This record gives sequence, C-alpha cells and structure tokens, in this order.
Amino acid sequence: MLWLAIFFVVPLGFLAYQSLQSGNFDVGYAFTWAWGNYWSAIRDYRPQFVRSIEYAGIATAIALVVSYPVAYFIAFRGGRWKNLLLLLIVAPFFVTYLIRTLAWQTILADHGFVVNTLQHLQILGSGGRLLATGTAVVAGITYNFLPFMALPLYVSLEQVDPRLIEAAEDLYANKIRAFLRVTLPLSLPGVIAGTLLTFIPAAGDFINAQLLGGPDNHMIGNVIESKFLELTDYPAAAAMSFILMAAILAFVAIYTLVVGTEQLTGTPT
Amino acid sequence: MTDRITRKTFIRRAAASGSLLTVPGLLAACGGGGGGGGGTSSGATTQQLAKTLHFSNWTLYMDVNKKKHTFPSLIAFQQKYGMHVDYVEDINDNAGFFGKIQGQLSRGQSIGRDIIVLTDNDRYLGLMLEKGWAEKLDKSAIPNMKNLVDVQKHPSFDPNRDYTLPWQSGMTGIAYNDTQTDPVLSVDELLESPKLKGKITCLNSMGDALTLVMLSNGDDPAKVTDKSFNAAFNRVKKAADNHQIRQFTGNDYAPPLARGDLTAAMSWSGDIAQLGNPHLHWNVPKDGGAIWTDNMLIPTGGNVYSASFYMNYVYDPKVQGLMEAGDPKRDITGIYYIPPVKGAGEWAKKFNPPVAKNQLIFPSAETLDSVHIFDNAALNNEKYLTEWNNLISG
Repeated sequence: MLWLAIFFVVPLGFLAYQSLQSGNFDVGYAFTWAWGNYWSAIRDYRPQFVRSIEYAGIATAIALVVSYPVAYFIAFRGGRWKNLLLLLIVAPFFVTYLIRTLAWQTILADHGFVVNTLQHLQILGSGGRLLATGTAVVAGITYNFLPFMALPLYVSLEQVDPRLIEAAEDLYANKIRAFLRVTLPLSLPGVIAGTLLTFIPAAGDFINAQLLGGPDNHMIGNVIESKFLELTDYPAAAAMSFILMAAILAFVAIYTLVVGTEQLTGTPT
Repeated sequence: MTDRITRKTFIRRAAASGSLLTVPGLLAACGGGGGGGGGTSSGATTQQLAKTLHFSNWTLYMDVNKKKHTFPSLIAFQQKYGMHVDYVEDINDNAGFFGKIQGQLSRGQSIGRDIIVLTDNDRYLGLMLEKGWAEKLDKSAIPNMKNLVDVQKHPSFDPNRDYTLPWQSGMTGIAYNDTQTDPVLSVDELLESPKLKGKITCLNSMGDALTLVMLSNGDDPAKVTDKSFNAAFNRVKKAADNHQIRQFTGNDYAPPLARGDLTAAMSWSGDIAQLGNPHLHWNVPKDGGAIWTDNMLIPTGGNVYSASFYMNYVYDPKVQGLMEAGDPKRDITGIYYIPPVKGAGEWAKKFNPPVAKNQLIFPSAETLDSVHIFDNAALNNEKYLTEWNNLISG
C-alpha cells in the first residue's frame, strides 16, 4: 500500500494539481482550478485522441489474431521446443524499443521488398508507399506489443487440460465445436489480459507514430510529448494525460463489464 | 514565480500529511548526486583547474579518431593542462535536453555539468539566460575570445557575450539525392513541385523551416510580423495538408534521404558534409538559407574557471583548425560544421586541404551573405509556437 501511495497516488495527485494550473513557463504557473485546460484539450485534439484509440484498437485486434494460433501451437504442440519457442517470442525485447521501430523503417522502405511486392500485386498503386502512413504506425505498434499479447495467451492456453478437449470430442463435438465450447472459453482470461496489456500502452505510444507515421498520423502521445518538451505547457500536457487515462479506464470498464469480470480472475462460469 | 512557491508548499504540505517524505528527498538526492560529480563548489571562480570538466554536447560534435575511438583534441588538452574532460554527447534536441535539466535548475540545483551547448534558433538558449540559470564567463581566462568572428560578437540574446560562446555554426538549406531527382534548389520546388510529392521532409524546428519559407516569400526572417508568419505558416500547412511534405523531422531525415525514400529534404549542412555520400548534395536555396549557432554556456553550479579555461583552448585557431578539419595523416576526422574562430581556416589548410576548401565547412563570404538568422522574439511567441507545434504534430 505504501508502495502504491508513493509511486502511484502521489505522482498522480501532482499531475492532477498541475493539470489545473494556468500560466506559462516564462511567468510561472499558478493553481487556479483551470478546468479550461481539459475542455481545450478535448476541443483542439479530438482527432488525435480518436486516432490513438483507433490505432491501438486495430493493433490489439491484429495482435490477438496473430498471437492466438502461435500461442495455441506452442501450448499444445510445442512439446520439448516450448521454451525455445517462447524465447523466440520474447527475443525482440532484448533489442531496444527504438531500434526495433527504426528497423521497420527499413522493412517498409519505399524501395524495399514489402512495398515492391504489394505494388506488384496491385494492392498498392505504383506511387504508393507504406512509410509515413497509418498502416505503418499500426504495423509498428502491433509488432512492438505482440509479446504482451502472446505471453498471457500462452499461459492460459497452457493451463487448459487437454483431457477436457478429448472429452468434448468423445461426446461427438467436432474439432471446431470443441474449440469454440471448451478451449476458447477457457483461454478467455488470457485473451482479456493480453488485450488490456496491449491496448493500454499502445494507446499512449508515440514512438511509432513519430518514426513511422506522417504528419496526419500523430497520436495523442505525440501531442503530450510536444506540449511537455517543446512548448513547456505542462498544465495542458497533464490535462491530456488525464483525459487519456480516463478514456482508457472507461474502455477497460466497459470491456470487463461486457466480457464479465469472472473471466478476468479465471473463475469458471 | 508563484508557481515555484506553490509547488514547494504543495510538496511540503504533502510531506507533512504523512508517508511522502521520501519524494522531495529523492529529488534532492538526484540533484545532489549530479552536483557532487562536478567536484566543485557551486559557481566558484577559483583560479584553479578542477580535476574533471563535465561537458555535455550534441552527438557527432567533436573531432574523433575513428580507429582508436578517442577524441584527440580532448586528449591533447588533458595532457597539456592535466584536467580530464568528461565528455558526453547526450544532447539530441534543445527542447528535450532543456526538459531534462529545467527541474533541477529551477530548484537552484547544479546539473553536474560545467559546459552545455544550446542552439540560438530555438527559444531555450535565451530562456536559460533570462531565468538566470547560466554562470557568467570568466573572460580573464579567455584571452582567445579576441578570435571570435565578428558576426557573432553581439547576438541579441547575449549582447556582450557575457554568458555564452559559440561552439559551431551550421546552415539550413536543401539537400537532395541525385539518384532520385534533378537538382532541387528552391523552396518553391521543394514545397510545390508535383514530382516531389510525398518525397520531401520539412524540419520540425520552427526557426529553421520558417526562415527558408519567409525568404522564398520575399519576407525578412529577422523581423517576423503576423503577416509574414501567417504567409509562411500557411504555405507549409498547405504543403503538409496536400501530402507534399511526408514528415516533419529533426536530423532523422538523413538515412531515408541516403536510402532514396526521400528525394529532397530541408537539411542542415553539417549532416550532409559528415555523411560524405557522393549522391547527396546540399545547397543554400535560391532565395537564401538560414544560419544558426550552437553556444556553449556554463549552467548554474558549473565550475566557471575550468569551463572558461577550456573555452579558451578551443578558441586557439590552431586547435580549432584541427578540430574542424581533422587530419587524415593522424586518423583524425573533423567536426565539419562551421567554426566561429578567426584563423581556424588557415590552420585547416595545413591539416586537411580538401576539407578546408569545402564550402559547407569554410563557407565563402558570399555564401555567408546569403544565410539569415531568425527573429529571436518570434521564437518566444507563444501563439506562433503553439500553431507551429499543432501543425507538426498532426
């Protein structure tokens, strides 16, 4: 509790205090219950807020679709290679975040393999590109946060008792029905934990938008960064951080209400 | 000012209300640790060199022996005067570095550095002086200050050079990759040529970008008015809105330009000189370019005498000439920006003649006449800054 108080409540309280200040860096800031900071943040930066939620949502969905089969394979078919395969998922983490993202600049380069192939397949027009587009940003976020999705999925799939699936099949469920009725529900805690672990940091991310996006693809993280560092407008940046946090909390609340809290704790329904 | 009092009282009150005593303690500990590293009493002007000089600079901003991974001019300095230079290249942009140090400086703490380097085309250099966060130079220790080039003697932010001395200057212009395009020599082409659509970048530094655009508009970047600001701003905005501009960048435009993802870019002269890629060309735009200067200063608590003593060393034309041009015979690669020291060019010719002839490093008087400095007041105009930052962050 003390830990939480010192490292969470106090900084948060300070941030809240700062978000209600007015003034500027030259003359100093004063606490004036400046709720206007919140309204102007929402009014001026709605596109970036919406975009953050949108990019993070798409990236989370893709990460889920990609990770689920991988985690499933490792959990049920990994055998003695399990640890090695898990290591491979985590391996990119040994490289710093910035370098991993910069690597995508090379992967998606205008004259690179990916763009050339897509142009060849007529998916991209001849002048088309991926860098400095929303697609590149979503790709970067998906890649960077994929392990946050894959690992919780693996853990919950790992715990599924294979005898339950056998039992379902014995009771004349075909493979698909057995998956939908047994495996999938039992892995839901992993799905929920994974989506939250991916979505929450992704919504506040700014590196991917900065390095892989163009001027139209900036997320709220970029705005907060620029307010803090470039404009030294701390109250506005603090207010935006709060709004982002509130938006994420609201999302988490709705999400858990819809999917059911029991799933989060893993209690069988 | 009210801010600082209220913030302090807030922390104190918070601390008094229980459990939080460690927070200010931690902050103080961080500051104290850094300051202690300086090994000097705060801001003292003792006539004795410290054991170590702590120097924070921008990346790739010192002469270097690439084989041995050493900084020859710093080694020579240490051997001659016995003061070790703890040289760190930890400054990547003015705003980011200012953001890191302003907390400690505003509490009157030392940041554990004796020299830092900030650019005059951003607001933070002026802000440091305005807030009183810089120590006065010990000019008696810098007789070589007489070698400072004339144009740099009386800048608006420090009219008598009491607090700052230039480290290097650089020019802002246009770079292009000749495997991708014919020469791009004007801002008009850069921002409006359909052939370059989506293939160019604009610098995210307002002073740099708007100087170029204002010159192209026929306005004077040294005296910015609302009208000239709006004209230049709207032109950049239009180019961003119709996707002519692919990104707003710091110096991260260089790799994609070399790779050919970018055809042309608003660019800093030194970046291109350092890359040494034969396909990349840098020019002052047809209507003129920008010039900026990185300035050394001593942040609060730095060792004034030791820092001034080192500044004197780099203002020796022979030392500066070698630092700037390097010397292939001794495997020394130079800084390749523009030296602010008179006579450095003469020495450069002896050490490395090809570099001494390079217009990007030792520009002719004619080139220097075509580059301009951005209005200092506009850099601090809250309205301009906000508009600009909203533009570059989408």
